[in-house]
Amino acid sequence: MDDLFKERKEKVKGFKALRAKKNRFTALEIPDGLYEKCSECQKNLLKEDMIKNSFVCPHCQHHFRIRAMERLHLVVDKGTFKEVLGYKKSLNPLGMPGYLQKLEQNRQMNKINEAVITGIGKIKGYQYAIAIMDSYFLMGSMGKVVGEKIVNITELATKKKLPLIIFSASGGARMQEGIFSLMQMAKTSGAIGRHHQAGLLYISVLSHPTTGGVSASFAMLGDITLAEPNALIGFAGPRVIEQTINQVLPEGFQRSEFLLERGFVDLVVKRQDLKETIAKISKIHGIEVTE
Amino acid sequence: MSLKEMEKQIKGLEQQLSQLDSTDPQNEKIRLELVQLIAKIQKETYANLTPEDKVYLARHPLRPNANYYLKGLFKNFIELHGDRLYGDDRSILGGIGLLRDIPVTVIAQMKGKTVEENINHNFGMPHPEGYRKVQRLAKQAEKFGRPVITFIDTPGAYPGIGAEERGQAEAIAQCLMLFMELKVPIIAIVIGEGGSGGALALSVADHIMMFEHSIYSVLSPEGFASILWKDATRAGEAAKLMKLTAQDLHQFGMIDTIVKEPVGGIHTWPDYVVTQLKEVIYKELTQLRSQKKQVLLEHRYKKFRKMGEN
Repeated sequence: MDDLFKERKEKVKGFKALRAKKNRFTALEIPDGLYEKCSECQKNLLKEDMIKNSFVCPHCQHHFRIRAMERLHLVVDKGTFKEVLGYKKSLNPLGMPGYLQKLEQNRQMNKINEAVITGIGKIKGYQYAIAIMDSYFLMGSMGKVVGEKIVNITELATKKKLPLIIFSASGGARMQEGIFSLMQMAKTSGAIGRHHQAGLLYISVLSHPTTGGVSASFAMLGDITLAEPNALIGFAGPRVIEQTINQVLPEGFQRSEFLLERGFVDLVVKRQDLKETIAKISKIHGIEVTE
Repeated sequence: MSLKEMEKQIKGLEQQLSQLDSTDPQNEKIRLELVQLIAKIQKETYANLTPEDKVYLARHPLRPNANYYLKGLFKNFIELHGDRLYGDDRSILGGIGLLRDIPVTVIAQMKGKTVEENINHNFGMPHPEGYRKVQRLAKQAEKFGRPVITFIDTPGAYPGIGAEERGQAEAIAQCLMLFMELKVPIIAIVIGEGGSGGALALSVADHIMMFEHSIYSVLSPEGFASILWKDATRAGEAAKLMKLTAQDLHQFGMIDTIVKEPVGGIHTWPDYVVTQLKEVIYKELTQLRSQKKQVLLEHRYKKFRKMGEN
């Protein structure tokens, strides 16, 4: 008799786990009563408040770096996201020592297979092909799989005549995959070009950080380019520039507001307003609202 | 023995050679031996070049820069300046000319031979206005149905304040997108150093050639070593890991042709290579020009599409 209960218990456990897995894209874990210090204003804040405020510090408006999954919950309508190529895992094309272990560590730590999540979903009812990068996964760097997933979702958007939105967060090309990473820049830019030629809308959202091979390819090719406040956006990293010119960089250099001033982004949008801004843009472009 | 060591050794031997009294007939035999020894050392070293040696050769101070090929390959060449937006980047030289009877647009990254030249050309490191000049000339080529031939030789795009202010990333990204869909044939030739996105911006092409001792990589070996190990002096080790030689890239299917260099590197006999190169480019161009635009573009897209597909 005991065995029977045990067996049943096990089964229920399994079902629960399965349900939790299914809900990966619909529910976000919010910790109770945890405090965190804001890295900008140093004030203590209740994590719950911070998360409810779109991962923005309620005191100083500092935008915390967020994971792809958190971004997905913030922007994409609940239960509408269908992931594509989520199973794809990177190999080690150059046989770089230690790379495979590093990948495995990152997969376990971040609970995603690669530095980008792609799929089709709705934002305020507007249907989009969506890519969200995760800067926690090996600095969001672009190797073969990230490039392939971006190209794949872009081609899918072109084929299905869908608008495309990419949330970038990346340090650039993935060094461990060398020349293969570099070629992803050409490949992704080519796919974006075809999406443009089809007369479809591409919104590029730049978040902290967007640099190197990602900024120098698809991230800078949007019809409309939005940036989150104070995000680091540029080609060369600030450290490299400082070493090259042998001087300290001015405050605010390569930040969103700096790019806005120099004419390289259309708008700097607070994270709390992002969804509404995307909806407005969608409306003007005549994107269909589906129930 | 590394290439640098070999060069030192040969220099020593050549000095001995020059010190021999040529009027003394007894020295003739020693002279012959020395010449043979030099040839033997050279041949042996060049047969077993390490990736580090290739990096050294690709950046060799005597290696001809793009200017040499421009002069040797094209007739009636006229340089065209400026991006019509900000300025004229001297690290990128562009213009129009004839390859035998075919009118072409030529775009080349320029390194200098002397310190003054290098300062003028910013050591071959373009600013955004350079990449915008590339776009202007490429669009012009498309309008007149001229094929584009590019020469790649850069450590990378310049990392500086002005470059960032004027949108280095945007300028490179636009180059990539434009070259992926440009409706004329494109041939890219890596003649020395192909460093990072700054090189890729000129290397999206229907046919990509690399000189036998040139390199092409996601980042300089020094940069790679300092990112991975926080130690730029381990560049030699990095070069080995990065797979950046023409032979590696050919094996990966990322480039189409390797242009042979004479033993000792191209700087020992550049004329020979130019004659050969002219032949190869002409042949390739004739073939590409015979293709329908749609086919050409589809091939180019697929070529890059399959790089790192699985």
